[in-house]
Amino acid sequence: MTIRPGRIAVHFALILYTILALGPIFLILINAFKTRRAIFADPLGLPNGQTWTTIGFDRVFANSDFGLYFFNSLTVTLVSLVLIVLIGAMAAWALTEYRFRGNTLLSLYLAIGIMVPIRLGSVSILRMMVELNLVNTLTALILVYVAQGLPLAILILGEFIQQIPKDLRDAARCDGVSEYRIFFSIILPLISPAIATVAVFTMVPVWNDLWFPLILAPGDGKQTITLGVQQFIGQYVTDWNAVLASLTLAIAPVLVLYLLFSRYLVRGLTAGAVK
Amino acid sequence: MTDLTASSVPVTDVVPTRSRFPIHIAVFLAPALVIYSVFSIYPLIDTIRLSLYAGDETGARSFVGFQNFHTLLTDPNWSGQFWNALRNNLIFFAIHMVVQNGIGLGLAMLLSLPRLTGGSVYRTLIFLPTMLSVVIIGFIWQLMLNPLWGIAPSLLKAVGLGSLFGPWLGQESTALLTVSLISVWQFVGIPMMLIYAALLNIPDDLLDAATVDGAGPFSVFWFVRLPLILPTLGVVSILTFVANFNAFDLIYAIKGALAGPNFSTDILGTFFYRTFFGFQLQVGSPTMGAAVATAMLVIILIGVLIYLFGVQRRLQRHTF
Repeated sequence: MTIRPGRIAVHFALILYTILALGPIFLILINAFKTRRAIFADPLGLPNGQTWTTIGFDRVFANSDFGLYFFNSLTVTLVSLVLIVLIGAMAAWALTEYRFRGNTLLSLYLAIGIMVPIRLGSVSILRMMVELNLVNTLTALILVYVAQGLPLAILILGEFIQQIPKDLRDAARCDGVSEYRIFFSIILPLISPAIATVAVFTMVPVWNDLWFPLILAPGDGKQTITLGVQQFIGQYVTDWNAVLASLTLAIAPVLVLYLLFSRYLVRGLTAGAVK
Repeated sequence: MTDLTASSVPVTDVVPTRSRFPIHIAVFLAPALVIYSVFSIYPLIDTIRLSLYAGDETGARSFVGFQNFHTLLTDPNWSGQFWNALRNNLIFFAIHMVVQNGIGLGLAMLLSLPRLTGGSVYRTLIFLPTMLSVVIIGFIWQLMLNPLWGIAPSLLKAVGLGSLFGPWLGQESTALLTVSLISVWQFVGIPMMLIYAALLNIPDDLLDAATVDGAGPFSVFWFVRLPLILPTLGVVSILTFVANFNAFDLIYAIKGALAGPNFSTDILGTFFYRTFFGFQLQVGSPTMGAAVATAMLVIILIGVLIYLFGVQRRLQRHTF
């Protein structure tokens, strides 16, 4: 049934598209380690003994607080993720486990946030953050990202909790274990595989976001890495070494994490899609 | 008789305890509901409220009804920009629907071929750009297409299309198309993954039955697989729609808040930003910004409602 020439054509098409998808990123990475002359004379060549330099990176570290921006992004992303998973799992548990009046209505209310982007409320969010004295703090970003990530996380975690066998909690209830302990000691450890899925949908948009850092925390050393790179490149637009180096620094951690965990991320994405 | 009364006793016994809302459910729900309501739903409602007010130089606000929307849609200072942004956004969306979702469908079809070697490697690598920040992608392509660096023209020359090259991001006639295609390039992985997952879910029996009945690969695709993945195509469409009408980062990174040249890449997201924060000589206005945001909300809601009540219902009736 499989015809060889057909298969070769399929692989040819897929390899061609893969090159198109990765080529630009690859070019940025290799040119970040080359001298300015080599960047222009031979953009497609790999850095060698003659052209190798890290001057761009030196300049980035000398002229900006990259370490700090990176730390800010890491803090915001990780704290948001922990809160989204914890608070989201609690709500998902309550909505899937207990039958009570208003259950469906609450589920629908929480679902609004999946379709309606929270960005459109930015005018009021900024006003509120000014009143709460939270402008230029990471707290402001975390609060907004948790509110933004919760609806989808509750949906995904709810589906996951439904698959946990009923016997487990019923057995615990027979032994007189409290509802809180059932959740924190039995359910929460069991949903850890779902965290990968939730992470795809919540962490990546948070790490990459430009909008909220731009309007809520644009200064005072509270910039995230995305905003930091945007501001840095705006200033050093003609310094090709520095621009390429800053892009490489922004790409590298995501690239490493993605290649390490891609199996879980891709599985989470396709599993989430089936539902 | 005794049976009936006996069984009715526990019922009356249960009612008073059930009418009190169990405290642990409230404890589980409260944190999520509070954060979500305060930082997501309340700002959206407050934005709609603000759009009905106008502020003066002193900061005092007065209720003006739909005056802001009237200004937005008819005042020559505003309406030109608004309609331009809406038109560009529709083009932006149309390009994504055709090119992004078309390529995504094609790649998913190839990847779902039975016994394809290296399928997961292709999937992982093609999805990679989607993980990176839109801002980074914007800068990468700005460098790639920069005539100074000359990578794009020399690559085009290598395949004999050198004459096609131009400063695509800088020309009014090509800037919007170029920006859209950069976004397509980045996000093609999402429709690819979603459609791939849907294709895997089609039982092999169905495809085999069709093949046994004499259907060629093309008819199998057109009459068996495509109808079965229509619900997923619907989901992909609405996700594309909401993401496109909410886009901002890419245009801002590549072209700045002015969305040049001459507003040719201006979409609703950048228009909203300029209205809210101001630019050059124009002072930002929170109330006009709220009006633009409300208009965007209405547009997105119309899209979601069309999907929920038009597309999704019909599709479900079609497939089951």
